[in-house]
Amino acid sequence: MSLGQGPRSRRSSRGRIPHVRLGNRRHRRSGELDCIGLCTNLQHRRAETPRLHKTNKKNSWHARRRARTMSAVMVTRKVRKWEKLPGKNTFCCDGRVMMARQKGVFYLTLFLIVGTCSLFFAFECPYLAVHLSPAIPFFAVLLFLFVIAMLLRTSFSDPGVLPRALPEEATFIEMEIEAANGNVPAGQRPPPRIRNVQINNQIVKLKYCYTCKIFRPPRASHCSICDNCVDRFDHHCPWVGNCVGKRNYRYFYMFTLSLSLLTIYIFTFNIVHVVMRSVDGGFLNTLKETPGTYPFLFFFFKVLVCFFTLWSVVGLTGFHTYLISLNQTTNEDIKGSWSGKNRVQNPYSHKNFMKNCCEVLCGPTYPSVLDRRGMTQEDLTVSSASAAPSSSSSSNAAPQTTKTTAPLIPNEHTPDDARPSIAASAENSDSSKEGFPPKRSSPARVTSPRVALIKCI
Amino acid sequence: MATEFHNLQELRHSASLVTKVFVQRDYSEGTVCRFHNKFPSDLHNRIERTLLEETVKTLNSYYLEAEKIGGQSYLEGCLACATAYIVFLCMETRYEKVLKKISSYIQEQNEKIYAPRGLLLTDPVERGMRVLEISVFEDRGSGSSSPSSSTTSAGSSAR
Repeated sequence: MSLGQGPRSRRSSRGRIPHVRLGNRRHRRSGELDCIGLCTNLQHRRAETPRLHKTNKKNSWHARRRARTMSAVMVTRKVRKWEKLPGKNTFCCDGRVMMARQKGVFYLTLFLIVGTCSLFFAFECPYLAVHLSPAIPFFAVLLFLFVIAMLLRTSFSDPGVLPRALPEEATFIEMEIEAANGNVPAGQRPPPRIRNVQINNQIVKLKYCYTCKIFRPPRASHCSICDNCVDRFDHHCPWVGNCVGKRNYRYFYMFTLSLSLLTIYIFTFNIVHVVMRSVDGGFLNTLKETPGTYPFLFFFFKVLVCFFTLWSVVGLTGFHTYLISLNQTTNEDIKGSWSGKNRVQNPYSHKNFMKNCCEVLCGPTYPSVLDRRGMTQEDLTVSSASAAPSSSSSSNAAPQTTKTTAPLIPNEHTPDDARPSIAASAENSDSSKEGFPPKRSSPARVTSPRVALIKCI
Repeated sequence: MATEFHNLQELRHSASLVTKVFVQRDYSEGTVCRFHNKFPSDLHNRIERTLLEETVKTLNSYYLEAEKIGGQSYLEGCLACATAYIVFLCMETRYEKVLKKISSYIQEQNEKIYAPRGLLLTDPVERGMRVLEISVFEDRGSGSSSPSSSTTSAGSSAR
């Protein structure tokens, strides 16, 4: 793990030697600090490097860094596991909320929904409650609350992220691959890392993910925006600010469905309201009324938003209803995995509309395997032997072993390295690599951050 | 034959990790959670084949029960949808209940069968439901049993 990478990265404050960053507020709030041998070590370093106090201030940082690499400083502290998770997610509420890094479009979605509904409740509902029925605003409120609940549930939950392989598992898989490939002549590219598995009389190819160092389960895909492998990956939705995968697909579908209903509801009652007022006092008079009672601009804003939302959201709901009936994901549909060419059929479909819908919408609710809020020990050890300082962590339940945390090493890079995918789905990494390994002599070694990143984008 | 250990605490304190063996997922029945029932060759002289196969079979049956799509899962899904999934804040889902059962089953298996043989099972949930990790230990005091050269390199990298 290299120090000083990306000061904005949430991991940089964790990665630094704590005595340098003790003033960091986030650091104090999240974990306990247990400095073992820090004071004695300072003296130890001074004894070892008597030149340290003589160097001028300009070179003192370099001298301290050299001194650090020449001695071992061990600090143990407890942190929540979400702080050590690789990938490009942002976490809030101490790991309870998990989202993608770019949240701007999500805020826009929230603003449009809340804004339009507020205008509806403020200007239409009083009139309609009096002249038609109080049930109209009542159902509008219920529908609005349901939409918001579904949106927040989709945006804040773990979509089904697969944790990356720990070093031992990664090494084990590499050894299996090398055993399967046999001897590859020098200079020749090794064969692509693909495993074939038969599901329902259909051969499904499992591709190897170079970032996560695992063979992806069927239907999983790597999202290059979030830099995670997601189980039953559907697509990355910027409107909800998160990936849509196994765990939150049903919430996403409920969100689009309820939003369609809400949009139709508001649009309809907008029209009804205008018609009723026009019947009372003429259409143009209705539109010209003073801003206090019926603002002309607000009416147009609502109609515009509802009109565009109607076509896009209702269309999206229809598309996802079609996918659910076939038990397909957006990713599979875009890639044409089960398009029917060469007698390729969807092995996951029950060939029955009701069964497929029930499985997708009413199937078991899978728990998150990320364990964001679990506690873990972090031992920071800086040694002179290795090129980068290694950090080891062990969970409380596991045996006391010292192992490098592989996820940290490939990901200590600045966030700007990644190219966000333009399309909503993230099949860039999937289709471009096709499981081909880069030309490296020993893939079992820990790879540098940039090489690991390039392999997967 | 491996040194006998008496309990899990002894295993953790007096033993050193030699290697880790991984039992992979079996996707032949779709995306349902299921592990291969193949006996890893590295465990030949550590544990009887039938014991491990029995453990894996029981785990597979638990996972099948958790992911069963039937009356109870439909009821749970519909009730949750009707309450905008707020009910999940108060109530544990069936999958979570089964995972707790699995966790206690693995703990019990470790105490009764695996720890006395110098092995330790890790709950698949801690490894993303991808693998069933079996850690192989040896007593620090005694000489090492002879693992193969490939596992030695894995063991040294694990250390």
